Amino acid sequence: MNSSGGVFVFVEQTDGVVEESSLEVLGKGREIADKLGVCVTGAILGEGIQDMAELCSHMGAHTVLAADSPLLKNFTAEAYTEVIAGMVKIRDPDMLLIGATHNGTALAGMLAVRLGAGLMAHVVDLEIEEGTGALLGSVPGFGGGIVAVCRCKKGRPQMATVRTGVFKLPEPTEKGGSVEPFPVGLKPEDIRCEVVERKVERGTSVSKAERVVIAGLGCKENLALPRELAAVTGSAFGVSRPLADKGLASKNLVVGSTGSSLNAKFALVVGVSGAAHFTSGLRSVETVVAVNSDPSAEIFKHADYCVVGDASKVVPRLIAEVAKPGGSGA
Amino acid sequence: MKQIVCLKVTPKLEQIKFDEQKKTIVREGVENEINDADKNALEAALKLKDAAGGSVVVLSMGPPSFEPFLKLAIAMGADDAVLLSDRAFAGADTYATSRVLAAGIQKLAPFDIVYCGEASVDGSTEQVPPSVAGWLGISHVSYVSQLSVVGEKVRARREITDGHEVVDAKTPVLVSVQLGCNSPRFPDFRRKRWAEKEFKLTVFSMQDLGFVPADVGLEGSHTEVTGLSRMRSPERRREFIEGTEEEIVKRLGQIVNGARVGELVRN
Repeated sequence: MNSSGGVFVFVEQTDGVVEESSLEVLGKGREIADKLGVCVTGAILGEGIQDMAELCSHMGAHTVLAADSPLLKNFTAEAYTEVIAGMVKIRDPDMLLIGATHNGTALAGMLAVRLGAGLMAHVVDLEIEEGTGALLGSVPGFGGGIVAVCRCKKGRPQMATVRTGVFKLPEPTEKGGSVEPFPVGLKPEDIRCEVVERKVERGTSVSKAERVVIAGLGCKENLALPRELAAVTGSAFGVSRPLADKGLASKNLVVGSTGSSLNAKFALVVGVSGAAHFTSGLRSVETVVAVNSDPSAEIFKHADYCVVGDASKVVPRLIAEVAKPGGSGA
Repeated sequence: MKQIVCLKVTPKLEQIKFDEQKKTIVREGVENEINDADKNALEAALKLKDAAGGSVVVLSMGPPSFEPFLKLAIAMGADDAVLLSDRAFAGADTYATSRVLAAGIQKLAPFDIVYCGEASVDGSTEQVPPSVAGWLGISHVSYVSQLSVVGEKVRARREITDGHEVVDAKTPVLVSVQLGCNSPRFPDFRRKRWAEKEFKLTVFSMQDLGFVPADVGLEGSHTEVTGLSRMRSPERRREFIEGTEEEIVKRLGQIVNGARVGELVRN
């Protein structure tokens, strides 16, 4: 297999932890590469990244380029763009894939312009076009209800950012690819943004959780009850976008086209009306239960079990029911 | 301090329909508004102006019918407004859009801070802000919820996966602002009257920006849409649980617990 061309995947890490979405993309990249008979190159940037580079070499990458420098310790769009543009120049990939996290999205837009490449944003599916071998990306728009199938018509490589949670994490392989250090030519004055504080709390991401309780505006801004329901049922807690926009919950908890897609076996959706941008995040959930006071709410079209009722009444009763010893509680 | 705010005029989402047969978006008769997050971006700029002085210019790409929305921004407190308007700009993807916006911003140089909303409600690609920064060759701080000026630098709080960070950025810098991070002010009545009667909008055409048709619009785009479809959703049971409140909660409890012990079978 030729080492140039092929699929190039940016692997994001923060403070020594690889973003899961990057590994999902690496797995999908490998699947595409195997279909086309080409190689996958992973790129990881940061300080002290050898272990993470090794990990990537067991998660689908034939080669991992590791750019290790104190100047890359923190993500800054300009510096990361500079280094990756250098890698792309040498590897000349056909496709460049990036997980659509906040940092990934910020990188992709700047990098696409730098490379003169076409970029498909937040894709929920990737395919190879029969005959041409072109990369096709399914891009949700207009609130997530409509999907545009896109391709890059100009420039190189074909770029896409991939929504978190739409592809499965790859199984680690026993035999790893190679890790190659990549020289970093940055100077301290190239870093124009300085990170002065960072706070990260890692929990189980909603996209990976087996069970999720999701609260919407119908919970009337009182999220203590749905949070408690999540706790007593051993579920992760998620929200619809408006609650995060109001500052009542972290953006990382948002389910839907601007947040995460779920992969849960079970989701209990409380007080969410069910706009398309939200329900697009439920597609891979095995069983959906919805509670809403409006019998004609759109969410009921996307639920297996529907309960018409006020969230503030149903949730506390359900908490009591689930916690009840000897009742229907487990 | 000179600040420039990019505004997009977007259709009201709830009014948009999808033509199943033609596989196109029906835009006829749909009302427009300033994109939500862009209003937050404008508010962030006006707040900094209130505190530190200087000027705020709003900039948009679109047809002449966008003029009233730019005047609304003037009524809210912007000092000047520029519309980048040319038939050749139509059909642009994020590549061609960001290229035209960046050229418009460059016409207004020098500047200290450029703002965008984090995303538009219709496209939601979130790619225009970083791409504009790419064309301008300036740094970009994304998903910003708080902003202040500290000495020569701009201090911004931004959201990242599972947390946040605080970044000090040298100007010139582009910041993309989080939807809902502030409450956009109402238009001032007297400014509104002035904007409607006397304010003269600056309009730049493709030629003014030094482009040829191959650079902009559909022709200058690097991606294309091969087809539109409605997002397919899996079939659901859609079984309404009925009965007394007690019965409903009991059944719900069984379903939840079934899921907890992994007994739930979907059919």
